[in-house]
Amino acid sequence: MSELIIPKLQRERIIEYLEKGKRIDGREKSDYRNIEVEKNVSKNAESSVRVKIGKTEVLAGVKLGITEPYPDSLDEGTFMTTAELHPMASDQYDIGRPGIESIELARIIDRGIRESGFIDFKKLCIEKGKKVWQVFLDIFAINDDGNLLDVAGLAALIAVGNAKMPVYNKEEEKIEHKLSDNSLPLNKEAMSFNMTFHKINNSIILDVNKEEEAISNCRLSIAVGEFEKKLRITAMQKGKEGILTSENIENILNIVGDKWKEMFPKVKKYVFG
Amino acid sequence: MVKKIESLYTKRNDGRAFDEIRPIKVELGVIPSAEGSAMFQTGDTRAIAAVRGPRTFHPQHMQNPETGILRVNYGMMPFSVWERIRPGPSRRSEEISKVSEWALSSVIDLSGFPNTVVDVFVQIPQADAGTRVAGLNAAAIALAHAGIPMKEMLSAIAVGKIDKTLVVDINKEEEDFKEGEGSTDIPMAITSRKKDIALLQLDGKISPDKLKEAIKMGKKACEKILELQVKVLKEINNKVENE
Amino acid sequence: MDKEERQIVIPGETIVKGKEFLPGDNVYREGEEVIAKRFGVVEISEKHVRIIPISGVYYPRRGNTIIGTVVDITFNGWLIDFGGVQNAFLPVAEVPRYVNKNELREYLDFGESVIVKVWDVKSRGIDVSMKMRGYGKLSGGMIISVNPNKVPRIIGKEGSMVKLIKNATRCEITVGQNGKVWISGGSIEEEMVTKKIIEFIVENATINGLTEKVDKYIKSLKLNNDVEIIAEDTDKEGEQDG
Repeated sequence: MSELIIPKLQRERIIEYLEKGKRIDGREKSDYRNIEVEKNVSKNAESSVRVKIGKTEVLAGVKLGITEPYPDSLDEGTFMTTAELHPMASDQYDIGRPGIESIELARIIDRGIRESGFIDFKKLCIEKGKKVWQVFLDIFAINDDGNLLDVAGLAALIAVGNAKMPVYNKEEEKIEHKLSDNSLPLNKEAMSFNMTFHKINNSIILDVNKEEEAISNCRLSIAVGEFEKKLRITAMQKGKEGILTSENIENILNIVGDKWKEMFPKVKKYVFG
Repeated sequence: MVKKIESLYTKRNDGRAFDEIRPIKVELGVIPSAEGSAMFQTGDTRAIAAVRGPRTFHPQHMQNPETGILRVNYGMMPFSVWERIRPGPSRRSEEISKVSEWALSSVIDLSGFPNTVVDVFVQIPQADAGTRVAGLNAAAIALAHAGIPMKEMLSAIAVGKIDKTLVVDINKEEEDFKEGEGSTDIPMAITSRKKDIALLQLDGKISPDKLKEAIKMGKKACEKILELQVKVLKEINNKVENE
Repeated sequence: MDKEERQIVIPGETIVKGKEFLPGDNVYREGEEVIAKRFGVVEISEKHVRIIPISGVYYPRRGNTIIGTVVDITFNGWLIDFGGVQNAFLPVAEVPRYVNKNELREYLDFGESVIVKVWDVKSRGIDVSMKMRGYGKLSGGMIISVNPNKVPRIIGKEGSMVKLIKNATRCEITVGQNGKVWISGGSIEEEMVTKKIIEFIVENATINGLTEKVDKYIKSLKLNNDVEIIAEDTDKEGEQDG
């Protein structure tokens, strides 16, 4: 509905601070804001979670259904991600059809989970060619104070990582109204989580707040996981019109290397407890 | 003078008295970037409401030069119920948005804000019946929190007739009751000073006398709800005082 | 009794009864009763009953000082966003020097920020002026946003609080009634400290003895900055603060 107005002098000050290695809220360039996680916020979901980083807050939930498989993957379950960047979260979102921000966010998160192999789709087959489980991941933004991508990304991982299968009645061929003790089949080691870097002038920062996000030139989201005890990248997306130089990319990859060591164990704890 | 009512529903499934509301949780300011916001939970039904505005209403040709406009948008999150709800508006959510808008409009006064709109967003993350009334309760708190001029507050409750028994604040199991006369759902909203009825709907079957009784029960229950709405607003500074 | 009490009321609540009371801002009369029309704090002075808001959007009043940013330029002035319901209009006639209709943008461009005074409030927006001393274009510094209802606490009685902060941090500070505060200092550290102090005030705005608490807080921040000196300080509270 309305674009966030950032005064010129504010933009200049933010850039000046960054050149001296500081952010306007006192953080270092690669610092995350405070992270809060609350699991099981909806009793009616196969799993659900509330994640807050700084003041940005997102709810996510997983629901399961049964459907026919896609013709090119007859023995695999299906996966669909939706994201609602709701106008309750910010003056910048409108009521109505999902805007491009919602669509892009949902697709980035979807790819991150799907391509990493986190969900074992083959184990979601009930009857090859006829019946498979369909996994719905629904993300809902409640408050946007910047970096929805990473907050939603973390919420998505926790929701998927904690989902329980509903009880399936084979004889009657229907889902019962209760959850089993079985988890959604996962390849836990394949998990990768999303870090979004923003470039402001020539500085690279992580976990932007609303103001930083509004003035950044461009962003680069990187999904990082582990393979044979080493860091591995499983998805990437550059957004916004600004460009990245090779130097920027090298800089980012260096930060990824360090930050991953710090954040990955934390993320694993949030997801798997 | 006591009529012997032979109802199939003599004891509530969760042990509550007929006129007892489920345990309530209320929280203020849950969405910091909105002008006003609140969470209202009764039993397992949780509603969050955010108020944005007054703000300039676009498109300009729809502006009202005499008064601001209230707009309510109600929705349920896909994972709020067991049968997943597809994201986006539905006919049900549009209707609930409208009746909620009418209910809240009756207590607010936007005559001092011509050409503006006040947007109320209600979302349900977890549902166990009574979602529209939980949403209204949250919305009323959020509107007050946002400093919107209101002549009165608004409180809402869903009264039910389960077979022949009138109960207050029905839960999903009661809503799904099928024996005898089944379940009749009567959501209502009552204004705080004049005790006027700002929302009234009915889904089921009931005699006029029983309806009058239901409204009486609903009004009484709304007194308790109002107490809690008032409490959370008055305690706005408590969080800080505790330091 | 006309004593000011920090009594919070909710819409629809009866504040006082009696025909001698006069309804002011945000209240209405119904028979004998004077009733709250808005969530806020009651103030009764000499039988005038009004409510001071503690939350909600900022509504400008004539004479207010506000800080805003240019979002549009018309043929005869600038449109200023100040976080209110509608934008403010700064007519070309209300700036300190003569500006030709072709040099509007040169004088004040998109994205530039100003301190202006509200001189007319209309249904379609407000008109502001920059002609007076102490008003004008802002350059450098940063702008932080706070709940506009807490601005009186940041300013303090006759400016005492903002003076306290200025002395401690040596920063220039201008507080807009609309909740925008402009801070400009000689160094990043000074500006960050100023920002922290203001945030502290806003968070503790309703506590009694705020000035004392702020004083203590300022001292605690300064202690952290003095690297070498380990002061013999009995007041250990400051150390916990981050």
